[in-house]
Amino acid sequence: MTMSVSRSAVMARAATLRPTRPSFAWTGEDSLRVACATALMLPLLLLAVFFGAALLDAWPRLNLTFLTSMPSRVAEDAGILPALAGTAWLLVLTALLAIPLGVGAAVYLEEYARPGRMTRLIEVNISNLAGVPSIIYGLLALEVFVRAAGMGRSVLAGACTLALLLLPVVITATREALRTVPTTLREAALGLGAERWQVMWRVVLPMSLPGIITGVVLSLSRAVGETAPLIMVGALGYVAFVPTSVQSAFTALPIQIFNWISRPQAAFHSNAAAAMVVLLLLMLALNALAMLVRRRVQRAAAH
Amino acid sequence: MGSSSPVEQVTGLLLLACACVSVLTTVGIVAVLLTESADFFAVVPLRRILLDTQWTPLFADQHFGIWPLVGGTLLTTACAMVVAIPLGVASAVYLAEFASPPVRRALKSLLELLASVPTVAFGYFALMMVTPTLQQLLPGVSSFNALGAGLMMGVMILPIIASLSEDAVFAVPSSLREGSYALGAGRVATIFRVVLPSAASGIAAAIILGISRAVGETMIVAIAAGQQPQLTADPRQAVETMTAYMAKVSMGDTPAGTLEYRTIFAVGLCLFTMTLALNLVAHHLRRRVLKGTMG
Amino acid sequence: MTSMMSIPIPTTQARNESSPVEEKMQVAGLKAFFGANAALKGITLPLLRNRVTAIIGPSGCGKSTLVRCLNRLHELTPGASVQGRVLLDGEDIYAPGVNPVMVRRRVGMVFQRPNPFPTMSIRENVLAGPRLQGVVPDEPEALVERALRQAALWEEVKDRLDLSGVSLSGGQQQRLCIARALALRPEVLLMDEPCSALDPVATARIEELIHELRPHYTIVIVTHNMQQAARVADYTAFFLMGELIEYSATDTLFMKPTDRRTEDYITGRFG
Repeated sequence: MTMSVSRSAVMARAATLRPTRPSFAWTGEDSLRVACATALMLPLLLLAVFFGAALLDAWPRLNLTFLTSMPSRVAEDAGILPALAGTAWLLVLTALLAIPLGVGAAVYLEEYARPGRMTRLIEVNISNLAGVPSIIYGLLALEVFVRAAGMGRSVLAGACTLALLLLPVVITATREALRTVPTTLREAALGLGAERWQVMWRVVLPMSLPGIITGVVLSLSRAVGETAPLIMVGALGYVAFVPTSVQSAFTALPIQIFNWISRPQAAFHSNAAAAMVVLLLLMLALNALAMLVRRRVQRAAAH
Repeated sequence: MGSSSPVEQVTGLLLLACACVSVLTTVGIVAVLLTESADFFAVVPLRRILLDTQWTPLFADQHFGIWPLVGGTLLTTACAMVVAIPLGVASAVYLAEFASPPVRRALKSLLELLASVPTVAFGYFALMMVTPTLQQLLPGVSSFNALGAGLMMGVMILPIIASLSEDAVFAVPSSLREGSYALGAGRVATIFRVVLPSAASGIAAAIILGISRAVGETMIVAIAAGQQPQLTADPRQAVETMTAYMAKVSMGDTPAGTLEYRTIFAVGLCLFTMTLALNLVAHHLRRRVLKGTMG
Repeated sequence: MTSMMSIPIPTTQARNESSPVEEKMQVAGLKAFFGANAALKGITLPLLRNRVTAIIGPSGCGKSTLVRCLNRLHELTPGASVQGRVLLDGEDIYAPGVNPVMVRRRVGMVFQRPNPFPTMSIRENVLAGPRLQGVVPDEPEALVERALRQAALWEEVKDRLDLSGVSLSGGQQQRLCIARALALRPEVLLMDEPCSALDPVATARIEELIHELRPHYTIVIVTHNMQQAARVADYTAFFLMGELIEYSATDTLFMKPTDRRTEDYITGRFG
């Protein structure tokens, strides 16, 4: 490049800075932005439309009778009481099983475990299990809980299955909650002569409890919608009674929905839509509960 | 100082036991699948399974060719991926490159909401709304078909792909983006020529995990894809997936210990192997992303 | 071009100036903000054609921000904004309607940490500039060789142009980034602490390179190393807390600084 540049050349160069027709990159960027935003909004809008249509179909069915009746061969008379009861039983039992196991495993991994092959094996297993299809859990439960352990097609077997399914999620959420507790607190407690289990029980767990509860409630709201493993374990489609003990046969909301949608009559499809609405409301309620707990945590932490 | 108290020791053991439940679960799954399948393979040799193209274990004339079921799974998965991959990656690009922080947070919450919709709902939509629409738009769409179920599966999987891909795109160092802008590149060129290639491993992992999820999905296909095991590449036809078959037989009156009962586990073994392989590949890709592609 | 600044070009010419030197770029009343924070509080500064201008000062004084305003990179940070003017050959690059992409084609940049594109080979990295702009160079191989020779990297990599850009050592990667910038034939080359991530040997190579490039480019180098500024720069500007404290020929600034704060910085009393 030569040092001296003629004035006309300078002016020609300068002209490139002045606004000309917008170069392709500008309109290209706007097109890309719009295309990507559309890609994101499209499924959300589609689902909103579908929900609206389902709600319309479900509306005539949604009343108190629906919630308190037994299923029936007559679509208009059928209700979801056994399904609601079954789901409630499952929720409670699954929580009772998954919380101690999940929290215990997380506490072990975070507080007690030393880095080594055993710990790595456990962690690899947990992350692997998170990717196993839920129907496979149903197979495991069929052989181990229903047949070998003799639980039969009971709500207990269903709860055990769901607990195993949720375990990886609960463990991960609990571990994250435990990690938010600063190490200095643990060390302070140990320095005061406490044993590890006392530190856990009196210091760490109480502090991480809200995070644990949030994680558990969120995973329970997932469990409420699970169908495939319950099918394998023998949740029945036509149950005309409310479960009375852990050994009762049972049904659940998603099973009932599946049962009704599989029938050819359109009237049952409306029932399925109505039951779906109830299911979604239940899940929303659980999610809202988790959010509430989380907000209480943030407010408490701010003090 | 003496050793820890009995309470401490017992607590430690109890907690270890809790942690081992996960190992036991894996062991249990593998054991259950292998033992029942072994009994199955003792009667039905691998040859019959791999070389037959019909699956009729419950009929009098029993065929055990696995391919109709695998084909059904792959066809519905392919339909799902046609929707989930472009929309998912495009969503990730929007979230990571174009959206302002408050918009990004709001949209991510919406995506999480989408991800928590129960699969029976997607099945309902596939059967009641997508299939009738397809029947209006295309000729020859049967009332149970792979396409409707697949499209809804794609919508279900989209949040997974979008979220994981967005992590990968977000993780591309800003020094690379700035280097590209400093060279006079526009936004579009930077995204396509610098950012996406750098995020490729992470995006690939996201897609593979999405495929694994689609392969293992049961309810959407059980409701809307059909119960006809047929080997076809035409998504307008009814097919039966591995998962739908397993569910169907479970709901029936097949007594335990019979050959028909064992088919559930043989098919389950095939399903488990496929998803395991996919998950391992995805895990390997994500570890490469974490180690950094910067050499 | 008549200058319109308040700080005159020093009449004591630096390093054998035989005739008055033109300004290639001129910063006029430049203010730069991150949100409401002013990182630059009104800078007026000439950048002379085919000379090396060093920007020195303690951390946080705004050196990098200044340089990033010269190729309109500053505004890419969310919440960042600019007031004032920056003239390139007399034209304000911040005039409404000016396309920043056009600016960056004429004002190239080399960053503090070498950032070759990891998914591209050495050859593709050098050609990245044209390719990213959607331009197909007429003779890509000739362009690659010319740029790598200018960056004093050709002999070391000519046999392995297909290897990944990140397979080189740190110093080589930085020279690759310089080659990449030079491939676009910019008029101005901005270098933001280009040697701070490199070892002394690599640093020396790059300083040598700056000497070689000087007759053909207008170079602005940000450095926190005063000895480096003394070695490579014709003119030096000292910044402190977002303000330009002193600007003059390098020898003058280091040996006879006029501002007390400059003297304190140079003698190591702070920073």
